[in-house]
Amino acid sequence: MNAPRTFAELFAASAPWWKGEGPHADMVLSTRIRLARNLNDVPFTHRARDEQLLGVLSSVGRATQGSRLLADGLLLKMQDCTPVERQVLVERHLVSHELGDGGRPRGIYVAPDGRISIMINEEDHLRLQALTPGFQLAEAWGLADQADDDLGGSLDYAFSDEIGYLTACPTNAGTGLRASVLIHLPALVLLEEIQRVLKSVMQVGLNVRGLYGEHSEIMGNLFQISNQTTLGRSERDSIESLERVTRQIIETEERARERMLRDARTQLEDKVWRAYGTLRYCRSIQAKEVINLCSAVRLGVAMGLEGLPPLRTVNELLVMTQPAHLQRQAGTEMSPAERNVYRARVVRERLTAAEHGPGGGPR
Amino acid sequence: MLCQICGKNPASVHFTEIHDNKMSEIHVCERCAEEKGMHTPAQQHKFEIADLLAGMVDAMTHTEEERVGHVQCPRCGLPYSSFKETGRLGCGECYTAFQFQLRPLLRRIHGDTRHRGKTPKRGAVESSTRQIQRLHDELQRAVEREEFERAAGIRDQIRRLEAERQTTPPGDRA
Repeated sequence: MNAPRTFAELFAASAPWWKGEGPHADMVLSTRIRLARNLNDVPFTHRARDEQLLGVLSSVGRATQGSRLLADGLLLKMQDCTPVERQVLVERHLVSHELGDGGRPRGIYVAPDGRISIMINEEDHLRLQALTPGFQLAEAWGLADQADDDLGGSLDYAFSDEIGYLTACPTNAGTGLRASVLIHLPALVLLEEIQRVLKSVMQVGLNVRGLYGEHSEIMGNLFQISNQTTLGRSERDSIESLERVTRQIIETEERARERMLRDARTQLEDKVWRAYGTLRYCRSIQAKEVINLCSAVRLGVAMGLEGLPPLRTVNELLVMTQPAHLQRQAGTEMSPAERNVYRARVVRERLTAAEHGPGGGPR
Repeated sequence: MLCQICGKNPASVHFTEIHDNKMSEIHVCERCAEEKGMHTPAQQHKFEIADLLAGMVDAMTHTEEERVGHVQCPRCGLPYSSFKETGRLGCGECYTAFQFQLRPLLRRIHGDTRHRGKTPKRGAVESSTRQIQRLHDELQRAVEREEFERAAGIRDQIRRLEAERQTTPPGDRA
């Protein structure tokens, strides 16, 4: 893959996790490793002067060029981006809401292969991220660890032997690690077993973050599970415990899906195809409805129903139908009502294209 | 972080609510999440990590608070009271300056205070900051032993390194 040279090229390129590849990709959308790092000689971002933050931007930029994994990527300064462009980066999970506000000298560096990126001057000077498709904790850790070693060879990190990597907020001190998986658990939600499962996840010291919409409904049946603490455990320990628990959740969800298929196959297929029908023929649709309908289609793909779009299309729809992506694509700002109409068109076009692709179209 | 409902237990359940394309978050503990049936979405104010840290720090008695409130980081000048308000430290040195206040806090957050993860892979060359720190320690020892000639040599070395630092961009010092 050619490295994007501009925002426009980055926008046109697909993120690696969209491909829907990797182990358990029909259930685990993506795996992320984040490392928080700061430079020793500069106050933390919120206390640093703008010229110091500019220094951090250029130091990190230079340090990336000394790494085979990172060199020749794209450095975008938030101040040079339009508000819509910044929001696109937020919707792609490349930058956080905090970084996306664009007020100070902040930036994002995206490595050529798109899996590694560095938020610069977020809460910490560096937030290094490795994002891989499917359930690939070891691979994501390998990438982040290597990139971190490469940068640490030329950057002087704030580090103490006792406390480890020093971060602006003490909740990240130590390893600075946040390992997470984004997992789709529709069967456990439908069978109302999700609370029991999530409770046991929390009991072993992991974090669960759900996507909730208005009137308390769970949106998209998507959950993010991550480690909670960063001191007293090695990176490998934290990652292994997340790996172990995620495997158990995958098995529990698989068993729940088997039961649903055995007891209510017709109802389930009906739900999947109705969802697909709505997406395929809608004329105005909200983002959250797309998220919910995509959940049903994703379940159908995992069940092996023929004629549904590939996972790649389902993943793309989740991102491409977000407000800033729509506005960037349309090249104009739109009211929510206009967006709903435009969104419906984007969804229809993507699904039509998938139907005409290899093996596409309902049978 | 502490639960936003009871303010007592650590928050381990996180809700993200999307309303009119605006996202808000709430962080609650397991018990409150269960009581609310896990289906209660965020309603109010955006949570700030400062609230939680302030809450934890508030567990100190008033006399203790007065005593430590005035402590300042010698490097960045951040007063401890400011950390209490914002939940953010000012620089790496703050961890040393406020170590007595931070240690119980770290233990409450992480259940531990000792790093067991990786260490930075620096190049063969010692970082200038580390070098200066090490030389300062040596200088101190030399003065204590009244080895003044040696101390003067070390002092010159520190001055030279500090002068070099002024000419190198931040963070670029290997």
